[in-house]
Amino acid sequence: MSDSKREGLPAELLRELDELVTHYPEKRAALIPALHRCQEELGGWLSPDVLEAVAAYFALEPVEVFGVASFYPMFHLRPVGKHVVGVCHNIACELRGAEEILATACRVTGAKPGRVSADGRFTVTRVECQGACTAAPMLVLDGAFHENLTPDSAAKLLGGVR
Amino acid sequence: MSAPLKREVYLLSRVGLVDSHTLPVYRANGGYQALEKVLTGGYTPAQVIQIVKDSGLRGRGGAGFSAGLKWSFMPDPAKDPRPRYLAVNADESEPGTCKDRVLMERDPHGLIEGILIACFAMRVKTAYVYVRGEYRLSHDRVRDAIAEARQAGLVGQKILGTDFCCDIWMHKGAGAYICGEETGLMESLEGKRGHPRPKPPFPAGFGLWGQPTTVNNVETLANVPFVIARGADWFKSLGTPKSPGNVLIGISGHVERPGVYELPLGISARTVLEECAGGVWKGRQLKAWIPGGSSTGLLPASKIDVALDHDSIREAGSMLGTVAMIMLDETACTVRAMQVIARFYDHESCGQCSQCREGTEWLHQIFARIERGLGRMQDIELLSALAGGMAPAKTICALADAAAIPTHAIVRHFRAELEEHVRLGRCPLGASSHAPELEEAHA
Repeated sequence: MSDSKREGLPAELLRELDELVTHYPEKRAALIPALHRCQEELGGWLSPDVLEAVAAYFALEPVEVFGVASFYPMFHLRPVGKHVVGVCHNIACELRGAEEILATACRVTGAKPGRVSADGRFTVTRVECQGACTAAPMLVLDGAFHENLTPDSAAKLLGGVR
Repeated sequence: MSAPLKREVYLLSRVGLVDSHTLPVYRANGGYQALEKVLTGGYTPAQVIQIVKDSGLRGRGGAGFSAGLKWSFMPDPAKDPRPRYLAVNADESEPGTCKDRVLMERDPHGLIEGILIACFAMRVKTAYVYVRGEYRLSHDRVRDAIAEARQAGLVGQKILGTDFCCDIWMHKGAGAYICGEETGLMESLEGKRGHPRPKPPFPAGFGLWGQPTTVNNVETLANVPFVIARGADWFKSLGTPKSPGNVLIGISGHVERPGVYELPLGISARTVLEECAGGVWKGRQLKAWIPGGSSTGLLPASKIDVALDHDSIREAGSMLGTVAMIMLDETACTVRAMQVIARFYDHESCGQCSQCREGTEWLHQIFARIERGLGRMQDIELLSALAGGMAPAKTICALADAAAIPTHAIVRHFRAELEEHVRLGRCPLGASSHAPELEEAHA
């Protein structure tokens, strides 16, 4: 453990984190919300440098922050495409054609599951239940839910992404 | 048959209104009157807890524990002056379940009013709403509603001009199912991996940051303003004596109209399927159904007339869980369904307990090989033996149980289908696994 250091993160983001930590009796509680904000603002993934900067801000050992970030599926620890597509493959979506939606997403974007497309524009992943079971099948595009899909509507949606 | 259950909609009474998520609409439709009644009507915290106890309200997060009793476990502040917390479990993640989302997106003030009454009753000054990270709209709607309420003197200092002070903060999770387990949630809220804690100590004595804490589900809290405004007797006039009140029932899978419907506890599953969801889709027959989210055991179609209350479902051989019904038609392969369910619990095991870490992976692999036609007859006994080694109550939390329970259920009710996969060396229903090129390696 060492003192908090304010290096390696943009000043505006640091100010936001300064406010976030006031919500809790212990600073560390803001770690996961802070990682979300860093991922959103700094290229869609958490690079080793960013994780180290976050560790320094929270006065934690980097290994502790790596351990937390890698536990949570929403944190990307490798570079992602410009757009991230998550196709739910859990039971309610599976029963209504999730595998066809995934195949469509891979075909339209040129990405393989878990990989970035060759042109760098898309990451496609399988995701677990998103809580849209009564509107299955669904996918998440850059954080937004798209529900009641058919292969055609999924192709149209992803084909229209710029 | 007993008398038909009284039907009355209250939880979803506002969700169809234009701008239902805003304070003016909420207030114009009876909102914050229960809070006002509590704060200015001379109620003591103990009296509020007694009303909730008398109502028989049971938690809507899956376990069905008495909400009033849970609140009463919080220590007396005269004897234990430590800071205390309410953690709202909005980490709705059990596959099939998407009802708290409806409340947060379309009636966030109902949740906030429930939180404030709960905090008054338990003398809590700080509440956290732990919402799953994927629920962006839910998060934003509740966050904005808190800001509106704060502006109107309903959250923060001296609420409604009284001495009651209460802050509510949003806290975003990051995609781990295990954080819906109450002690996993608390670890996560403290900025750690969501590793559930051994119990005891229980949260009421040692919760967030080691302080007294209660964890309540969103729908449980959304019931509270109605219980306070209309009374325990009114609440008990709905549902069954042991499972009173209405419940949000999700129905998904092979039905014509999937959705979230509000009905009294004790309604028959057939009524939900036929009346609300328009029956099995495409004119097909029902084969199997899951009553309460993917951790509750699969039941055969013959059990569709069971009443959806805690005791009746248990007698039928499953659990009410979150009342998230998942329906499988006659073309569905129950082995494939179980493979998907086992894959999920394998993915979500936090890894602390060896029975769960190893057991969920084994279950997943065995279901996958049976579905692919590579299973052996003795695999069926192996499934039962594995599930028997994982649960009940052999691990820190119930995730191992969540994988073991549906495993026992499929062996019990659909053994013939497992055996047919082995005998034929393929899926008899042609529901073979997805294309290998679409497999994703674990990150």
